[in-house]
Amino acid sequence: MKKSKDDYLTIFFISIIGIYIFIALAFPMYAILSKSVENQDGIFIGFENYQSYFSNPALVYSIYNSLFVSIITMVITITLAFIFAYALTKSRMAAKGMFRSIAMIPILVPSLLSGISLIYLFGKQGIFRELLMGYEIYGPIGIIIAEVFYTFPHALLIIITALSIGDARLYEAAKVLRSKSVRTFFTVTLPSAKYGVISAAFVVFTLVITDFGIPKVIGGQFNVLAVDVYKQVIGQQNFEMGAVVSVVLIFPALLAFVVDRIVQRKQVAILTSRSVVHEPIKNKKFDTIMFIYCSIISVFILTIIGMCLYASLVTFWPYNLTLSLTNYQFDLMDGGGWDSYYNSIRMACYTAFFGTIIVFAGAYFVEKSRSVKTGRSILHLLSMMPMAIPGLVLGLAYIFFFNHPDNPLNFIYGTMAILVICTITHFYTVSHLTALTSLKQIDNEFEHVSSSLKQPFYKTFFKVTVPISLPAIFEIGIYFFVNAMTTVSAVVFLYSSKTNLASVAVLNMDDAGDIAPAAAMGMMIFYTNAAVRIIYVLITKKVLVKFQKWRIKTA
Amino acid sequence: MEQYLSVKNINKFFGNFQALNNVSFDVKEGEFVCILGPSGCGKTTLLRVIAGLESQSEGFINQNNKDISLLPPDQRDFGIVFQSYALFPNLSVKNNISFGLKTRKQNKGTIDKRVDELLKLVGLSDHINKFSAQLSGGEQQRVALARALAPSPGLLLLDEPLSALDAKVRQHLRLEIKNLQRQLGVTTIMVTHDQEEALTMADRIILMNNGIIEQEGSPQDLYSKPKTAFSANFIGTTNLFKAKKISENSLEINGSTLECSENINEDLFTVTIRPEDIKICESDNEKNILQGTIKELEFLGSNIRGHIEVDFKSQKANVICNFASEYILKNNIQNNSTVNISLQPHALKIVKT
Repeated sequence: MKKSKDDYLTIFFISIIGIYIFIALAFPMYAILSKSVENQDGIFIGFENYQSYFSNPALVYSIYNSLFVSIITMVITITLAFIFAYALTKSRMAAKGMFRSIAMIPILVPSLLSGISLIYLFGKQGIFRELLMGYEIYGPIGIIIAEVFYTFPHALLIIITALSIGDARLYEAAKVLRSKSVRTFFTVTLPSAKYGVISAAFVVFTLVITDFGIPKVIGGQFNVLAVDVYKQVIGQQNFEMGAVVSVVLIFPALLAFVVDRIVQRKQVAILTSRSVVHEPIKNKKFDTIMFIYCSIISVFILTIIGMCLYASLVTFWPYNLTLSLTNYQFDLMDGGGWDSYYNSIRMACYTAFFGTIIVFAGAYFVEKSRSVKTGRSILHLLSMMPMAIPGLVLGLAYIFFFNHPDNPLNFIYGTMAILVICTITHFYTVSHLTALTSLKQIDNEFEHVSSSLKQPFYKTFFKVTVPISLPAIFEIGIYFFVNAMTTVSAVVFLYSSKTNLASVAVLNMDDAGDIAPAAAMGMMIFYTNAAVRIIYVLITKKVLVKFQKWRIKTA
Repeated sequence: MEQYLSVKNINKFFGNFQALNNVSFDVKEGEFVCILGPSGCGKTTLLRVIAGLESQSEGFINQNNKDISLLPPDQRDFGIVFQSYALFPNLSVKNNISFGLKTRKQNKGTIDKRVDELLKLVGLSDHINKFSAQLSGGEQQRVALARALAPSPGLLLLDEPLSALDAKVRQHLRLEIKNLQRQLGVTTIMVTHDQEEALTMADRIILMNNGIIEQEGSPQDLYSKPKTAFSANFIGTTNLFKAKKISENSLEINGSTLECSENINEDLFTVTIRPEDIKICESDNEKNILQGTIKELEFLGSNIRGHIEVDFKSQKANVICNFASEYILKNNIQNNSTVNISLQPHALKIVKT
C-alpha cells in the first residue's frame, strides 16, 4: 500500500525515539561489553580480564554473597508482603488505606537511608543494639533487614494486583461446594495469585542483587557484586575490571528479567478474562489477626523512617540529644551542600518532563500506529531492555560511551543532561509498561475513525489520546520524579562537581562519617517526594475531575 | 444506475491462513449491500480491505472510476461506523460530529450548521453537549453514524453496527438506518452475522463462508433460491437431505421416491425444503406424502415448529416443519401424534453440497 503523510510522520518519529534509545542504551551497553575484553590501553585481549576476575577468590566470593542476601531477602520480603497484601485485599480490617500508605513510604527514600537508620538503631552506638545479642548489624544481617524495607512496597504492589484479580465467582462456587477456607486458599486464592508472586519474587531478587547503596552503607566487610563494581571504578580506577564485574552482574538480573516476562505474559491472560471483583466477608478473628500483623509491619517501617527523622534532628548523637537543625546545614559539610539538593530537584523535574514525553510517545507508536511493523517491534524490545540492566552498570556504560574522546556527544559528559538521560533510561521500562497498559484500554478504532475522517494522527493524539491518558501520564511523571530523587546507582559515576545530587550526597556524607547530615539529606528527599505525592493526589482529586467531566456517567 | 464500487479478485493471507479467496463483487451507486456470514468467514477482513485498514495480498478495488487498491485509508472516500462506535469519550457529541469537518477550513458557522443538520437527521438535537458516557447505546450508535456522514462521504461502511444493542433497540434502529440511507442515497456496505438484519435492511446480500462468496442476490432470491447447502442453511431454517437421481424429475431420499419440479442433472446431490413449505395433509390428493410422528412442538407465537420423525422407506429421519398455531390447537395435535406430511414437489430445491 502507498504510504500516506501519516505513515511518513510515524516513521520519522519512531526513528527519532529509536535513535534516542540506541544512543541512551544500546551503544553504551556495547561499550561496556567491549571494555570488558580490553586491557587498559584499549587493546583486545579476549577473556583475560574474566580469567583474572575468576582467579581472584575475594571477588568471586562476592557472587556467592550477592546470591545469598538476594535469595534470603526475596524469601522474607515475599512472605511478609504476601500476608500484608492478603490482609489488604481479603480482609475487612480497619485502616486499610493508612496501612497501604505506610507500606509505600520506602519508595520515597533512597535505599541506603534504611541502612543509615539501622546503624542508629543497632549500630555500635545504637538504641537497640542489645537486641542483636552480640551479632553485628554491619554485614548480611543489616543488608537483609534494610533490603527487606526497601523492596517491601515493590513486592506488595505486584501481589496486591495479583490478589485483586481473584474472581468472586470462583469464591462463590467454592462456598456453595462447602469448601473449607484453607482449601479455598490453596485451590482458588493461591493459583490465581501464583504468577504475581513469582513475578514479585524476581523483582525483589533483581532489586537486591543490583542495589549498591545499602551494602555500601551497612555491609561492612561483607562484599557484594554491586559494591565491587563501585570499588573497582571509584576506589581502584580499574575500569576494565569494573566492566567485567558489571557483565557478571547483568547475568542474574537478565535471567530474572526473562523469567519475569514469561510469567507476566501468563498473568495478563488471567487479567483479561471477565472476572467479578471479590468482596471479602467480615470475620472478626481473621480481621483482628490481620490488623495486628499489619500494625507490626507498619511499626517496623515507621521506626526505620522515624529513626532517621530523629537522628537528623538530634544535635550530636549520642552525646547532645537536644533537637536542632544543625544537621541540615549542608553547606558546612562536604557532599555538595544545599546545591546538591536543588540539583536533584532540577534533575527530577527534567527527568519527569522529558521522560514522560519520550516514554508516552514511544508507547503510543508501539501500540497505536498502523505502519512500520518491524520498527515498532524493535522499539518495544528496546523499551523493555533497561529493566534488565542494573543502574550501576548503565552508569558505568555511560562513562565508556560518552566519555570516549571520539564520541561527538562527548560534550554532555559531566552535565545535567547526561544525568537526566541516564535516569530516564534506567526507569524507562516500568513507565513504558504503564503507558502501554493505559493505551491498550483505548479503542484501537479511534485511529481508524480519524483516518476515515481524513484527520492526521497527531490531531487524534492531542485531542483524544492524551486527554484520555492524563491519569497515566501523571503517574509516569511522578514515577520518574520520585525515582530521580532517590536513585544513587545510575548516577553515582556520572555526577560532576557542578551537578552533585542529593542522593549521592547522602552516600558521600555517610562515607565521610557525617552520618547525621546524611540522614538529614535523606529526609529532605523523603519530604520532597512525600510532598509531591500529596500534591499529586490533590491534583488528581481536584483538577483532573474538572477536566475529566466526561468520565462521569450522569449528565 | 452506475457501478460505484467494484472489488476484483481479492485474496488476503494471514501467514498460511487465507482469509479471503478470490472475492469479487460490484456495488451500484446508492445501493445498500450487506456482507453476511458466520464469524471467521472473512466479512470483516473484506470491509477493512475496502477501507484500506488492511491491505489485500492480491486484487483490485475501484471506487467511483478510480483505482484505490493501494491508497491508504485517509486518501479514500468513506465514512465508517464500528461495532464499538469508537466515539471519542472526552469530546462532546458536537465535537465528535465536527471532528472530520475542521480541516477543510470551513468557518465556524458552516460547521455548526452542518452539525445541527446531522443531529436533526439522527434525532439527537437535544444531546448536542453531552458526552458519550451519558448516552444510551442506541444514541451512541446514532452519533457514530452522524460523525461518519458529516463529511458527506461517497461510501458508508458499517461494521456490525447493531450487534452491541438490545433486541428492541436493534429492530428500531434497523429501520431508521435503512430510511436514512434511502433518504441520503449514500452507497452503503454493512457487515453482519445476523441474517435477519441482512434480510430486512439490504438491497442485496453477499453471503460469505470460509473466505469465499457463497452467493449474492436480493434477500428474496437468497431465501427462496439458495444455490448451496450453506446458503439454504444459513439464511432461515431449512431441512437438508442427501438425494439420489431416479429420473429427470424424481429422486430418492432414504429409500423413498419423491417427485421434484426441478430438472435433475447429477446422480448424487442435496435437496432442501423450508419448514413452512411442508404441509400436513388430510387427503391423499397431495404428492410426496410421508408418515411421521411428532417428537417435539416448539411454541413460537403465531407459529408452532414441529420436530417430526418421518418414516422414510429405508430409515427414519427428523424433519422440521412450521405450522400455524391455530391449526395445531384446533386439530389437537400433540407429542407422539401421527401425521401425514407432504414435501411439495415445487418446494424441493436442489442445492450444491
